[in-house]
Order: sequence, then structure tokens, then C-alpha cells
Amino acid sequence: MAITPFLELQSVSKSFRGLKATSQVTFRLMENEILGLIGPNGAGKTTLFHLMTGFLRPDEGTIRFQGEDIVGLAPHRICRKGITRTFQIVKPFSHLSTLENVAVGCYNRTSHVEEVEEKAWEIMRFVGLEKKALQPASSLTTPDRKRLELARALGTKPKLLLLDEVMAGLNPTEQGEIVELVHNIRKSGTAILIIEHHMRVIMGVSDRIVVLHHGVCIADGEPQKVCEDPGVIEAYLGKGAYACLGSTK
Amino acid sequence: MVETRSYLKRRLGRNTWIAVLCILAALHVLPWVFPSILHMMIMIFLFSLMGQGWNVLGGYAGQFSFGHSLFYGLGAYVSSLLFVRLGLTPWIGIFFACGAGILLGLFIGFLSFRYGLKGPFFALIMLAFAEIFHMTATGWSAVGGALGVLIPLKGNAPGLMQFLKKEPFYFITLWLMVGSIYLVWRLEGTRLGLYFLATREDHDAAEALGVNTFRAQMTAMAISAGMTAIGGTVYAQYLLYIDPDSTFGVVNSVEIMLRPIIGGPGTILGPLLGSVVLTPLSEITRLAFQSYSGVYLMIYGMILVAVIMFLPDGLIGLARRVVSRFHKEDV
Repeated sequence: MAITPFLELQSVSKSFRGLKATSQVTFRLMENEILGLIGPNGAGKTTLFHLMTGFLRPDEGTIRFQGEDIVGLAPHRICRKGITRTFQIVKPFSHLSTLENVAVGCYNRTSHVEEVEEKAWEIMRFVGLEKKALQPASSLTTPDRKRLELARALGTKPKLLLLDEVMAGLNPTEQGEIVELVHNIRKSGTAILIIEHHMRVIMGVSDRIVVLHHGVCIADGEPQKVCEDPGVIEAYLGKGAYACLGSTK
Repeated sequence: MVETRSYLKRRLGRNTWIAVLCILAALHVLPWVFPSILHMMIMIFLFSLMGQGWNVLGGYAGQFSFGHSLFYGLGAYVSSLLFVRLGLTPWIGIFFACGAGILLGLFIGFLSFRYGLKGPFFALIMLAFAEIFHMTATGWSAVGGALGVLIPLKGNAPGLMQFLKKEPFYFITLWLMVGSIYLVWRLEGTRLGLYFLATREDHDAAEALGVNTFRAQMTAMAISAGMTAIGGTVYAQYLLYIDPDSTFGVVNSVEIMLRPIIGGPGTILGPLLGSVVLTPLSEITRLAFQSYSGVYLMIYGMILVAVIMFLPDGLIGLARRVVSRFHKEDV
């Protein structure tokens, strides 16, 4: 074993009163990789994010980040270590301005006000929010709120960015802009784990895809391979769907 | 570069500084121009100071306390008992009072925030602690019992924070209040200040961005408790008499929290503005309904309901809305 994985989940399980949200999930993420995480509704994708960022504690299993076990650490400690997440349901600090929202993230790495302000402007320009910097976050439109969610997360200088459906509710043009941002973020050396429902988007953006179904990891591989996997097709379309598709071909 | 001025750090322009200095100068002359309103001004400053204390925790960090009379009473009792029993001057006693307030605040904060208590639950915890101290002070004769503590007047003794005139108290409360405003103003421009706000706005989002929300809340609690306790000490020295009802009583919690809520919670000048409006109102209603004690509390209640319904951001919020409307008309 020459390469240690950047992030490694080893048989991670979590149940809510007997309902297994994730069960024995194991996968790895390499440095500077974009890994897509897909699965039907209720597959346990967001739960997995909660587990990785310390909002929930797994019942069993280990999560290693850069070789270090991060299970049991508080969310802010994990953020300090370099994993930052966004939320599926955006959570802007509504009464604060866009600038202040981003600044909260930037303060993760320094307490120097001038530095933070400079960094925050830089990030707002990067995601295209600089014109709305002084507006309260509550006045932002949905696409802008998604951008803000991304901008705040970038402010923390993550080594690994967890994106939870940042493109839901956006039109194709806006999605294209976010995809471009994601590529640019990766270029700057950040690994990305992305949950997304838009198949076209996630197939295009990911290097590799992991599929969850009923909390179980059912496929892991290149986007094209995963698409053709019988198990994945059945998870999305129902039992026997693969056979049906096969017969129509 | 687009940004020539800094938005995160708090700085005042030259004109604002001049205005602030003018107001301060005017306030220093005031006692000689209007000697009759000295008592009211002292009350305004004192409750503005304690309101600012509440504001740090309730307005900035978003933890509504319904029992700030706890710190107020503690500040009053600690310094007074140290003076009466040990002869320690309140000038030193005020530090003990402040320290006691901070310690108690951290203890309650630990109990509440460790287990994620917030909103109405935190408000009730504070109320419960205030009542515990109220009962204890009433029942425990070593701290004066229901009769309270009478602070012996030693004549005009500046070394013991005792004065025969009201002017010295006017300046003490004025400068404590100015200090509290300055502190909060500076705080707003730092990481800690922004972390308070982030914790208030969204606990989970703040954590995800690396904010240690527990520590932020504990710090807010300590600052808040210390400030309020200092107010308690000065109040005790001003009245020279404290009893459980007039210190730990629920009424005082309402008095303290109502000012920042009316003025504008989470704003630097909210507590002062609320105090300027409410203190004269409370004095007048108390005089007007002298024979019906407690009527002013009903009026407070009505004001509180009205403010929460129509002015959720307080008077400052109202002023901002008016200003922005005029700005729009200009454009």
C-alpha cells in the first residue's frame, strides 16, 4: 500500500431507532478527486455527510481523514482539520450581509480582520457575489444563496469540500456556472465530494461515482460503468428494470 | 481595487467622532444645567449599562435571558456584603462582584449550552436561577434575609464610593455606560463578535464553518454577566439599601431586558435608546399610578407585546427603515 487515501470510510453504520440510514458504508476518496455520491431519495447520502462532519456520530465504523480518525470530533474541529460541508437546505445567516457571511468562514484560518476582509472579497468575486456584498443574505435569490453557501465553505480553506445538492432548484444555465466553479475549485487543489440528483451534471463533473441505496453502497466506479450497472438501474427504476431495458435493446 | 473602505472593522468617520465628542461634552455639562433630572439620567445610564450586558447575550449571541436580575442582584449583594462585613471598599468589591457574576454565568452557561438548551428553555433556566437566589437571599439571615442589607453611610467618602451629592454617580454611571458601548462597538468588528452573530443566526451553519459555538456562547455569557453585575454594585452604592425583591426580583429582569428589546436587540445603541425612552416612561407611570402599585408592569407588558408585534428590530430597526425609504426616494 503506497498511497494512503485522503478520506476513508470503513464500514460506517448509523441507525435511527432501528431504521438503518447507512449500513457498512465503505469507500475512499483520493487527493484532488471529485467523487460523486448518488442514490434515490432516502438512500442516506445526507446522513453520510452528517456523519463525516461530526453532526452525527456513527454507531460503528471509522472515518479517517489524511490518516487520522475523526469520529467523535465536534463539527467545528473537523472544519479546522479541513473538511467543510454545505447544507442541502441552505442556511444563510439571514440578518448578516453577504460579506459577513463569507467572513465567518474566512475567520476559520485567521483572526486578522484585514486579511479576512480581503479574502472574503476575493471569494465573492470568484463566485460572482461581489455586487451583492453589502446586502443582507435574506435578500438574496435562490441561486445566489447557493453561491453564498459555496462561498462561505470556500472561506474556510477546505482541503475537502462536501457539496450537498448545490444545484437543486437551479436552471441549466445556473447549473453550468456552478459546475464551472466546481472545476475551478478542484484546480486550486481541493478534493470534492458531491451529492447531486441531476444525472447529467454529476456524470459530467465526477471522476468517480459511489451509489447508495437504502444505506448500502451498491456501486463504486467510473461514471459510465456505474450507469450501466444492473444493481444501480434496478435501484432507480425497480426490480426487473435492467432485464426490461435489456430486452428493448 | 473596489473596496477602499473596510466593512468588517468598526471605524468612525471624522465627523462622527466630532459628533460623539460633542454629545459627551454636553453630557458633562448637563448636571449643572438641569440638576432636577439627575436621578433620571443616572437611571437611564445604569439600565443602559445592564441592558447592554443583556444585549451581548440576548441580542448578539441570541440567547434570551429572562433572569438577568440574577447578575444584577449578585453584583449588588457581593460588593455590599464585602463592605458591610469586611469593610472592603466597593471600588475593589466591584471587581469581586464582576468576577462572581462571570463565574455564575459560566456555570449556568455550561449547564445550558453543553446540552444545547436554547430559546424558551434557556430563558426558563435563567428565571429559575434568579428565583433560587431570590429565595436564598430571602431565607438566609447571614445575608440579611428578607430585610436586606443596609449600607452604612459614612458621609462624603469617595474612597468608599459614597457621595452626598448625585453628580459623582452621574459621572460613574455615564462612564461605565460609555465604556460598555465602546466595548460592544469594538467587539462587533472582531472575529468573536461575528461568531456571536453567526451562532445566533444559525447554530449548525456556524459549526460547519468552524465556529466553536459553545465557546462563543460561554464568552457572551461571561461578558454579559460581568457587565450586569457591575451595574448591580453601583446601584447598591447609589441607593445604600438592597433587599431580595428589589434586586433578584423578576421585575428587574423585565426592566433590564425590555430596554435593549425596545431599542433594538443586537445593536450597539439599542440599550441606550430603549433606556432613554423607557426610563422616563416608567418613572412617570409610577408617579401617575402611585396608588395602584404594579400598574406600570401592565403597561410594560403592553409595550412589550406591541414592540414584538410591530417593531421586531426595535426603534433602531424602525429608524433604519425610515432612512432607507428616504434614500430610495432620493434615487
